Amino acid sequence: MAGLQLLSEYGLRVDGRRPNELRQIRCKMGVFSQPDGSAYLEQGNTKVLAAVYGPHEVRLNRSKTHHDRAYINCQFSMAVFSTSERKRRPRGDRKSQEMDMNLNQIFESAIRTELYPRSRIDIYLEVLQADGSNFSACVNAATLALIDAGIPLKDYVCSCTSTLAPSQGGAPPTPMVDVNHVEETLGGPGLSMSTLPRLDSVVHLELSGTRLHLSHIDPVAEKAATGAADIMAVLDKAVRGHVAQCLHAREVSGQGADA
Amino acid sequence: MADILLSEAEKTFILHGVRDNVRNDGRSCSEFRPIELELGLVENANGSARVRLANTDVLVAVKCEIDNPPSNFPDEGKLDFFVDCSANATPQFEGKGGEQLAVELAALMSRAYQTRESFNLSTLSIIKGMKCWKLCIDVLILECGGSLIDAISMGTKAALADTKIPKVSVIGSDEGTLELELADEADGREEPLDWHHAPCLVTLNKLEDSLLVDASAEEEACCAAALIVGVSPNKKITTTSIPGHGSFLADSKIFARALNLAVDVGVKLNTALEAAIKKHQTLKPPPRGFLD
Repeated sequence: MAGLQLLSEYGLRVDGRRPNELRQIRCKMGVFSQPDGSAYLEQGNTKVLAAVYGPHEVRLNRSKTHHDRAYINCQFSMAVFSTSERKRRPRGDRKSQEMDMNLNQIFESAIRTELYPRSRIDIYLEVLQADGSNFSACVNAATLALIDAGIPLKDYVCSCTSTLAPSQGGAPPTPMVDVNHVEETLGGPGLSMSTLPRLDSVVHLELSGTRLHLSHIDPVAEKAATGAADIMAVLDKAVRGHVAQCLHAREVSGQGADA
Repeated sequence: MADILLSEAEKTFILHGVRDNVRNDGRSCSEFRPIELELGLVENANGSARVRLANTDVLVAVKCEIDNPPSNFPDEGKLDFFVDCSANATPQFEGKGGEQLAVELAALMSRAYQTRESFNLSTLSIIKGMKCWKLCIDVLILECGGSLIDAISMGTKAALADTKIPKVSVIGSDEGTLELELADEADGREEPLDWHHAPCLVTLNKLEDSLLVDASAEEEACCAAALIVGVSPNKKITTTSIPGHGSFLADSKIFARALNLAVDVGVKLNTALEAAIKKHQTLKPPPRGFLD
């Protein structure tokens, strides 16, 4: 990896993107029939499946029931073949548990939980291929799955990462959006932000990797926020497309008339 | 596998249908549901396949690793099965909930592949007694709608067909340790595996005097017993198993009939699968994965 830089002298990143360019996002809602909601999302080469079960009655662990709102349960797992080096455990390690907790917090603040007292909503995420920004891809996929399940959200939850390329030849350092795996391993700070773009609120923010000078936080965070807003546009288009398709299918099969 | 809640009336409905050789989805007792197969969609693996059997969905990936050969078989390689029941399939698999089923399925698969007739492990040898390939066969269960092991065995066979092993050459040795060089993927010096004799596993569910091929999850919930038979393309049985708490009468005609039927179905399934794999390998459609 010697000589590989976050940003080349021509202003291009290791995979040829510009600093403010997202990777291609492709997604599909309703990939499975058994869960109440499901979605598949590709962000470049990061591929995630999400499944949502609920809201349903709390069967096990009744102590976790809330009398005034729904209990949200998230589980993050990575397929053993998701990384180039074979993983030994798909879930349950420290990192996954931390992800579970963060996901819980994000969706507790995004789902209108007060509508479902004494119930439980399960959100399961499975990373099929990991190529950077896994957590963000999971949040975006979970949003689509929740919408597919018809669970009321305050807004789309959109997540995006950003980093900072060191300054070159006197120019100021450049913030870059949607970090891929190579860029993650090259070092530099990693900021992950989950927002409700239309409410203009941040529900989760995490900074990791090398330290970041205070004066750089603003531009890096702003990059992630714009990235999240751009992702919302993509998700919104996908949701509208999916709903139009469902409506069309109903009309063709003649179920729409009396429903 | 997964808990299905069925009322007495629903069970009776299924039973009456089966008596008349008609099932809920219009099939006869010996018919499979539509099977979808896709190869090579996992980029980080040497070979992969996804099988969708109506609403059973499994993803199988094969990864090659260099390992030391087993001491009792120095000229052979290793197969290592690992099954992961994703919670996406059912909330019951959350945490460690799917582990028991996963271990059961992995053990069944390795038993089906144990015989030299199903997979020739000596093709995985690199240097006798020193180095061999270990194939890690990782199965990810994404949705379970009955006949899970059938789908897993089809996926495994297809993933093995998709797997290519890089050629290895010894470039030198240093005090007893060998330095190996792997051929690059780019120069095309990769060899396909000999997968043609790999078995397909067929589950037969017994409902009264009928035997159901490829039962759905609802049908599995009504059946008294099941028989799993691993069948290789040359009509050989590589493994049998009676999972769960059901049983067959030892001297009953139904057991013999079940074994015969399983071999028939298994051979047909192998032929169909091989044809599908060949078609896929010649047409090479770009992987669509879950976007279709």
